[in-house]
Amino acid sequence: MKKALFTIQKNEALTPTAWRMVLTGPAGAVTAPGQFVNIALPGLFLRRPISVCDADGDALTLLYKVVGKGTEQMAAMEPGETLDVLAGLGNGFDTAPAGERPLLLGGGIGAAPLYLLAKKLRAEGKEPQVVLGFNSADEVFYADKFKALGCAVTVATADGSFGVKGFVTDALPDKYTYYYACGPEAMLRAVFAKAEGSGQLSFEERMGCGFGACMGCTRETVHGPKRVCKDGPVFRKEEIAW
Amino acid sequence: MVNTAVDLCGIELSNPVIPASGTFGYGYEFAELYDINCLGTFSFKGTTREPRFGNPTPRIAESTGGMLNAVGLQNPGVDAVITEELPKLAAVFHKPVMANVSGFSVEDYAYTCERLDAEPQVGWLEVNISCPNVHGGGMSFGTDPAAAAEVVKAVKAVTTKPVIVKLTPNVTDIAAMARACEAAGADGISLINTLQAMRIDLKTKKPLLANVTGGLSGPAVFPVALRMVYQVYEAVSIPIMGMGGVSSAEDVIEMMLAGAAAVEVGAANLRDPFASRDIAAALPEVMDKYGIQNLKDIIGGAHG
Repeated sequence: MKKALFTIQKNEALTPTAWRMVLTGPAGAVTAPGQFVNIALPGLFLRRPISVCDADGDALTLLYKVVGKGTEQMAAMEPGETLDVLAGLGNGFDTAPAGERPLLLGGGIGAAPLYLLAKKLRAEGKEPQVVLGFNSADEVFYADKFKALGCAVTVATADGSFGVKGFVTDALPDKYTYYYACGPEAMLRAVFAKAEGSGQLSFEERMGCGFGACMGCTRETVHGPKRVCKDGPVFRKEEIAW
Repeated sequence: MVNTAVDLCGIELSNPVIPASGTFGYGYEFAELYDINCLGTFSFKGTTREPRFGNPTPRIAESTGGMLNAVGLQNPGVDAVITEELPKLAAVFHKPVMANVSGFSVEDYAYTCERLDAEPQVGWLEVNISCPNVHGGGMSFGTDPAAAAEVVKAVKAVTTKPVIVKLTPNVTDIAAMARACEAAGADGISLINTLQAMRIDLKTKKPLLANVTGGLSGPAVFPVALRMVYQVYEAVSIPIMGMGGVSSAEDVIEMMLAGAAAVEVGAANLRDPFASRDIAAALPEVMDKYGIQNLKDIIGGAHG
């Protein structure tokens, strides 16, 4: 983990609710796909945890959904402004068990950390299959970006306005070697119940510190209580107590 | 050269800055970031007789100038603290540490304190009779002077190290609580724990915290804490540890002028993991600015 000032290079709306912010700074603090950053915002006491979509050289890309005060404030920021960021938090995804054709399942803004994961898997010579789920056609983002990496991409929308009608679990391919999932808890539960084989799931929780001190974001696991921020956010399927 | 050293119940601290229990874990998350021996000491995560998961999530909420928590004393229990956490801590922290203890009965407090009192690393016992986030324990001992005195007597009977009682601000007369603890044999008082509070989620129209209520901390509570430290200083002669929203070296000095012999830093550690280190490092310069040579000379200086 590193605490540093990052400078906003780009901050733009991708869809009516999803935004992309590109920051420059010591992005090397991010050491694994699936890690997150915790951002201090003026006038707000708690930092806002946001997952890392891409880390490339000194550039850090964050995708975020505008859901409240903190993310509204982020969306109003301009290039050139600086942010106090704790970077490289959490464990991240482990690519070792991926196999040749891993499956990446993203729900809504949960697609964000899968991008850096897909990049890493491609660099390791794997052939990721990506299934992205959204509510409707106007919320779809990054399908083309995953394709450009060389991934097979399927999009599902809940209202059927784009791609397969339904949820990511309605668009599971027949064959895959391992899975990685990130999205709302209801989606993770469905993936846990329906997807064959083993995998890793990335969780979201309200956090106090983001680095393991306050015990604000604890989940019960088969190995006892674990902190989503420090022991997670990624947990192996076998650890999850559902 | 200014002197930042203070005395807390007979043990010298190189400076009065002490990360507060529940905001610093068992120290080693912070030891990955900086050498935590720059701190006076720290108070480790509230420990109970048995392991506790704590409350369901969400446990954390934002508020103006602070935050609410309803963690509910999650901890691995005193056995695991002694066999796992303290040895790990010994590798990174070489000063006496403050053991924070909570319980659900007088016997619980006495048992856990006796166990931790026997650990050579432990310098002080901070007895938390003020957690607002658990049911049937914690704060219920801290809102009744007779119950508080009973806990103090039971702990004192089985321990040898200084016993500092951590009080809740959720009372009508904080001075009466402090006097009862002093009369029962407490060696020090620490205050304040968090203020009982809540938030409602406008989207769901229901309480934001799963526990419904939580404890408010952060800069918003500083003036309340300062007032209570001032009142307790007038009521007792044992040392006071002041805490509640302390975020700067200036806040530390203000707390000491109100009567604190040492000062705990809580919520600030969660927003900025370097907060306690930076506050301790800033003290000499701020002392110089206000013409303070010896920090211990200013304790209670605001009183007539």
